[in-house]
Amino acid sequence: MTTVMTNLQEGQLARVVSILATGSMRRRLLDLGLIEGTPVECIQKSPAGDPIAFAVRGATIALRSEDSSDILVTPV
Amino acid sequence: MGLTAESVGLGAAGVRREKNSGADRVIALAGNPNVGKSTVFNALTGMNQHTGNWPGKTVATAQGIHRRMGLAYSIVDLPGTYSLLAHSAEEEVARDFLCFGGADAVIVVCDATCLERNLNLVLQTLEITPHAVVCVNLCDEAEKKGIRLDLGALEAELGVPVVGTSARSERGLDELMNAVEGVCGTASSLSVPVRYPAKVEEAAAELEEAIKPCAAGRVSTRWLALRLLEMDGAEPLRETLREHLGEDIFSHPALEGARKKLEDAGMGREALRDRMVSCIVLRAEALCRAAVLRPAGNQEWQRRLDRILTSRLTGIPVMLALLCGVLWLTITGANIPSSLLSRGLFWVQDRLTDLFHFLGAPEWLHGLIVLGAYRVLAWVVAVMLPPMAIFFPLFTLLEDFGYLPRVAFNLDHCFKKAHACGKQSLSMCMGFGCNAAGVVGCRIIDSPRERLIAILTNNFVPCNGRFPTLIAVISMFFAVSGPMQSAVSALLLTGVILLGIALTFLVSRLLSATVLGGMPSSFTLELPPYRRPQVGRVIVRSLFDRTLFVLARAAAVAAPAGLLLWGMANITVGDVSLLAHCAAFLDPFARLLGLDGVILIAFILGFPANEIVIPIILMAYLSTGTLVDYGSLASLKALLVQNGWTWVTAVSVMLLCLMHWPCSTTCLTIRKETGSLKWTAAAILIPTGIGMLLCFLFSGAMRLLGLVP
Repeated sequence: MTTVMTNLQEGQLARVVSILATGSMRRRLLDLGLIEGTPVECIQKSPAGDPIAFAVRGATIALRSEDSSDILVTPV
Repeated sequence: MGLTAESVGLGAAGVRREKNSGADRVIALAGNPNVGKSTVFNALTGMNQHTGNWPGKTVATAQGIHRRMGLAYSIVDLPGTYSLLAHSAEEEVARDFLCFGGADAVIVVCDATCLERNLNLVLQTLEITPHAVVCVNLCDEAEKKGIRLDLGALEAELGVPVVGTSARSERGLDELMNAVEGVCGTASSLSVPVRYPAKVEEAAAELEEAIKPCAAGRVSTRWLALRLLEMDGAEPLRETLREHLGEDIFSHPALEGARKKLEDAGMGREALRDRMVSCIVLRAEALCRAAVLRPAGNQEWQRRLDRILTSRLTGIPVMLALLCGVLWLTITGANIPSSLLSRGLFWVQDRLTDLFHFLGAPEWLHGLIVLGAYRVLAWVVAVMLPPMAIFFPLFTLLEDFGYLPRVAFNLDHCFKKAHACGKQSLSMCMGFGCNAAGVVGCRIIDSPRERLIAILTNNFVPCNGRFPTLIAVISMFFAVSGPMQSAVSALLLTGVILLGIALTFLVSRLLSATVLGGMPSSFTLELPPYRRPQVGRVIVRSLFDRTLFVLARAAAVAAPAGLLLWGMANITVGDVSLLAHCAAFLDPFARLLGLDGVILIAFILGFPANEIVIPIILMAYLSTGTLVDYGSLASLKALLVQNGWTWVTAVSVMLLCLMHWPCSTTCLTIRKETGSLKWTAAAILIPTGIGMLLCFLFSGAMRLLGLVP
């Protein structure tokens, strides 16, 4: 069942299905290694619930909800 | 909080085009942010560094000389980047230098604990130059985490030397430089670090043949062909290439045909870019699968720490407690050394006076040198040194530990509401040390609009030059005496800082709604792993790099200011001193703000360095009053009260201290960073206007309520 990365709960694992972002943000996300099939994990929500920190290829990356909602994932 | 001559803009006048004169080899140092690249740089170059700008660019690169076996290596520290596909000014600088900077070799610094992400940059660099050495840094950290690395396997796959280092303990640097010397000047041909889909390879190979006549020997033709295919020609690279190749390669006739072929194969430019990046990412993944063995669940304590430091329930309270704790330690720790220092320094002043009298020096000379220059200098040292010597190391420890990005993570939501960038918290943190450094630090914000907002509001964070003023006023007027004194002072100081932060949000939001309109832009914030700070090194480094530097700057201003001030207090025009004239002139306006003319003049004369504001006030009052004990706050308070200070005056002084024009260094830095007099003026007027307005409203309200006469 596909959802956006924003909806993952803390500790939940998923795989990237596709990146909807365009332009420079798309390249930035791709450069971080977020390509189709990349495993991600929702690590920690910030005190306000946004941004959210994700584990991506051994690094921890925080994304604002506008950006993480442009990433489609399937929870595993 | 990199506080160096460069970061506070002192290097501005001395920025020069580096000619690498006298160096036998030029070595570029590339790497992701947060991988210890500057540690490698510092370890290699020692104190032998200076800064320079890569010609035509505003992003500064540090340079230094490393001497080894009779050869001088000029090491150029490129900006930290994740990629070379140029999303930002930093990436452009790094890429342009790698392509055309004339480096004999490049060292790509990687984080051993996060090698896969770092390999992205390694692979992109290897497409540009074969003269590269991969430096896998932080091996000690990786070891602690139980990560096993097979660097030999990596080296075999990449085709360039791979050296493991732990730059903080200077391990592996000799091997690193051996490998660098090995790749310098060799005629090794370019390897092909990443293979792309067959169609792309075909098109690139065809294009490569066509552009060889004009590009061969100056830049890797394979790399250039790939860039030509994926770029649309609007990028700055086009100009750079025109400059270095002497022709506009983007209008090469072969390009259109090659692109057409790819489009026919269903690969438009966007799709092509995606495929290329995916190939690099997948290659990095494959390399890591062969060379890195990660134990499962090794990050448990990091996660647990993050749950305490950034969770919904505890994130903000812990952050406030840390801030308050650091301030409490600073105030408590500074109390005793401060009073010892001032007693000592003023004892010296009395001896100097004796000496001047013994030598029969004229009274004006004694006044100028001892009562003017020396006394203000002594004050600045006594008041500034102890809090700085405590605050800077504490702050550096938090920075080293990796806490500051978590602050940005915690506060980002507020910045989003203010239509600003979450990384603004990082430049604000730097502002605690020095606003000029904070303004330079705003370079980490990519969006020009958000960067400008961060620059214009940085002054709302009180810098280390203003802390002592705030601490002194709080301790004199608001702290109850007794064991709780420093705790109360720390709480009040935290309150003042929170007011500054609240105003930062408010002004950022107002700017976004008016002159700097726009929506918050996208950004990614990396939360690097926590690292055990190296306590000894941190203390030494922050004492020498920061404390002494800031102190020297303050002292350089304080002594001449003391001279000027003594002159103003003692040169009389019609029986009244110049200082009194100026104070009297400003007095009516200052009274409106709940201050007096002397205080306002002190802030104006404190333009070169905020540290000297309180000394100036005291000195001005002293020309009419007396001070028995320089070391005790009680007698200082008595002097201020003699001159009409009430608790309302004290609050107004704190408000103005928090919000007034930035110091001269900061103004110069803002001018340099924004390249605009208009925005520099805005950066002066916004805090000054708000500060004066708040002083006026507050003191007016207190008068109306009849709380003060």
